Amino acid sequence: MISLAGRDILHAWGKFIFTGIGLGLLIGVTLTMAGLYRGMVNDGKVLLDNSGADLWVVQKDTLGPYAESSSIPDDLWRSIRAMPGVAQTANVTYLTMQVGKGDEDVRAMVVGITAGEPGVPGWPPHLVAGRQITRGHYEAVADLATGFQVGDVLRIRRNRYTVVGSTRRMVSSNGDPMVFIPLKDAQEAQFLKDNDAILMQRRRTEANPAFNRPGVPDLLDAVIDSQTSNSYVNAVLVRIRPESTSQEVADPIRRWKRLTVYDRAQMEDILVGKLIATSARQIGMFLMILALVSAAIVAFIIYTLTMDKIREIAVLKLIGTRNRTIAAMILQQSLVLGVIGFVVGKITATFAAPLFPKYVLLVPIDSVMGFLALLAICVLSSVVAIRMALKIDPAEAIG
Amino acid sequence: MKFRRLQRRTLALIAVIAPLVALFVYVALRSGPLASVPVTVTTTELRALAPALSGIGTVQARYKYKIGPIHAGRVERLDVHVGDAVKAGQVLGEMAPVDLDERIGAQQAAIKSAEAALRQAEARQTFAQTQANRYERLLAERITSEENTAIKRQELAVANAALWAAREDASRMRAELAALRAQRSNLRLVAPVAGLVTARHADPGTTVVAGQAVVEVIDPASLWVDARFDQISAAGLAAGLPTRIVLRSRRGQDQPGRVLWIEPQADAVTEETLAKIVFDTPLSPLPPVGELAEVTVQLPELPATPTIPNAAIRAVDGKRGVWKLTDGKLAFMPVVFGRSDLDGHVQVEKGLAAGDQLVVYSEKALTARSRTHVVDRLPGVSP
Repeated sequence: MISLAGRDILHAWGKFIFTGIGLGLLIGVTLTMAGLYRGMVNDGKVLLDNSGADLWVVQKDTLGPYAESSSIPDDLWRSIRAMPGVAQTANVTYLTMQVGKGDEDVRAMVVGITAGEPGVPGWPPHLVAGRQITRGHYEAVADLATGFQVGDVLRIRRNRYTVVGSTRRMVSSNGDPMVFIPLKDAQEAQFLKDNDAILMQRRRTEANPAFNRPGVPDLLDAVIDSQTSNSYVNAVLVRIRPESTSQEVADPIRRWKRLTVYDRAQMEDILVGKLIATSARQIGMFLMILALVSAAIVAFIIYTLTMDKIREIAVLKLIGTRNRTIAAMILQQSLVLGVIGFVVGKITATFAAPLFPKYVLLVPIDSVMGFLALLAICVLSSVVAIRMALKIDPAEAIG
Repeated sequence: MKFRRLQRRTLALIAVIAPLVALFVYVALRSGPLASVPVTVTTTELRALAPALSGIGTVQARYKYKIGPIHAGRVERLDVHVGDAVKAGQVLGEMAPVDLDERIGAQQAAIKSAEAALRQAEARQTFAQTQANRYERLLAERITSEENTAIKRQELAVANAALWAAREDASRMRAELAALRAQRSNLRLVAPVAGLVTARHADPGTTVVAGQAVVEVIDPASLWVDARFDQISAAGLAAGLPTRIVLRSRRGQDQPGRVLWIEPQADAVTEETLAKIVFDTPLSPLPPVGELAEVTVQLPELPATPTIPNAAIRAVDGKRGVWKLTDGKLAFMPVVFGRSDLDGHVQVEKGLAAGDQLVVYSEKALTARSRTHVVDRLPGVSP
């Protein structure tokens, strides 16, 4: 038996393939859009994964450290470390800022990691080049997305840092690449102003008669010293003992230390549910619109392809072809078109994904669901075409 | 003819479809969770580590002299400016004496008056002595009464006492003059040692309180670095160790030095150990006091042990270790680490032997089920 659909496709295969490729590009955009949403969610998740923490201890009643600013004294970790069930604690600071690169600057999230060794919470969990930080000052591990390679020098505030290691996919929830620097430098970068601001602050303090007293000459220096030093961090990362649950450890800290503590699930909720909620809904709307447009275009293409073949179908009817055969031909063509579209779409989406400035994560389940939805749309849209084909009067072949 | 056309068309179709299918298969396998993770691999090496400690500090003067008056007063004149070199004993300036000179004049007059009183007392004593002697002789010859003689003796004793009082009064006056002069000379601001003026806090006419510094002088030969080392990485810090000092203004220029002493008192707030680092050779030109300096203390070389790069260290379930590669199979191996150096080499104390293969860099976080393929360098990384 000959395949009517196959013969028809072969008859005008160029047109058919090009239609499929066009459709594929549209599907590629849809898949990319879904990937964009997944990428946003993934940004939040890798941020949490990379911090290596089980609990985040932040300033009371804040959604810190990622969604809101939070600041707590940097010696608080000692008392948290002594709470039952706590295996490891680490101070951490996060600050999204412009990092100087030669004459330009790049946007990055500067992470201050507590002194110690690799494996401590907050440290980059794995590298793609170079080494981890070994000096207590002026070394940095930068994500490749910042454009820094090992050996480059970057500028944060007034200090220069040598990049000693590179990471990949270490990003903030906004997708800004991370730059890891030692905590003490980060505290300085975060809370110290530029030199002009410090100078102005000094002048202001000097002008304040309460601080600048002739009888107590050292008071002014002491006040200025205390103004320019910083002993705050944004959060304490806590790793709990395997035998404890996060609830058991978090509750006493909340109750007795009067601090807010988030566990992994709550943090994900904050990042995914609150921080990117609006942008996610925005992309969701776009995805819906794209899916509808794709469906409409698929239906339209199938319809037009069938319309082009009115005469041929009429001839088929005239020679006594069964309706079922004609319907099967249209349906098969529609499905083949869908498959070609999907293959092209998947390929373009995969190759286009790394070109996007933000992370695009193509999840297989999205592809599978997209494929099934596409086939469903193809089947549905072919129904219209089939109905029309069946209504054709065989006489049209002659007339 | 028809067959040939058909064949050509089929070939063209295959030429389009086949690459598409091939690309699709490639895409499905090389991206997403099915893709294998590129990793780089290294072996545990026997290496003698030379650990080093890194810290920062500021250039400070070991000897710093704050020169000022010991009484409140007004600055009369100040002869030196910041940057001037001064000699030991050099007068740097002077405080206003207010009424001190007049008081010295009064004191000198008082001394003269006291001296006059002394002379008067001397004259009286001489006369009393003569009278007493005469009456003694008259009494011996029974010409005068016992009582008269007694009166003359008493007058002599009074005159003696008056003379003594006048003499002591004169010496008190002189002592008081000396005291006033000492105070007067104390108004001079004098450099205690040879050094360099680093600050001039008040200009002539300014009133300063007792003890407030007017001029600060440092001993430029005594510059050292007040260095701070994070306690967590200060193991092995000891006096006498060779040190490299890099000043912020002279990047790329190492100054040799050594650790002079470790402060017995650490900074409890910043969790740092403090140490003083001295320069081996005096610097010229002098760096400004307060300049930031990075110091690297070189510790003695350790015996050769198995070492790995610190980039290979991973934490899985709170345990630190490495991903070990045995016959192409990946397994997490908890490791006990020892000392490390500043170039990122870490000693392995337990868990690995020299020659073991382990993962250094990986594109993604690894799990025991990750499919991996070994590459020389991860994509996107410059050599």
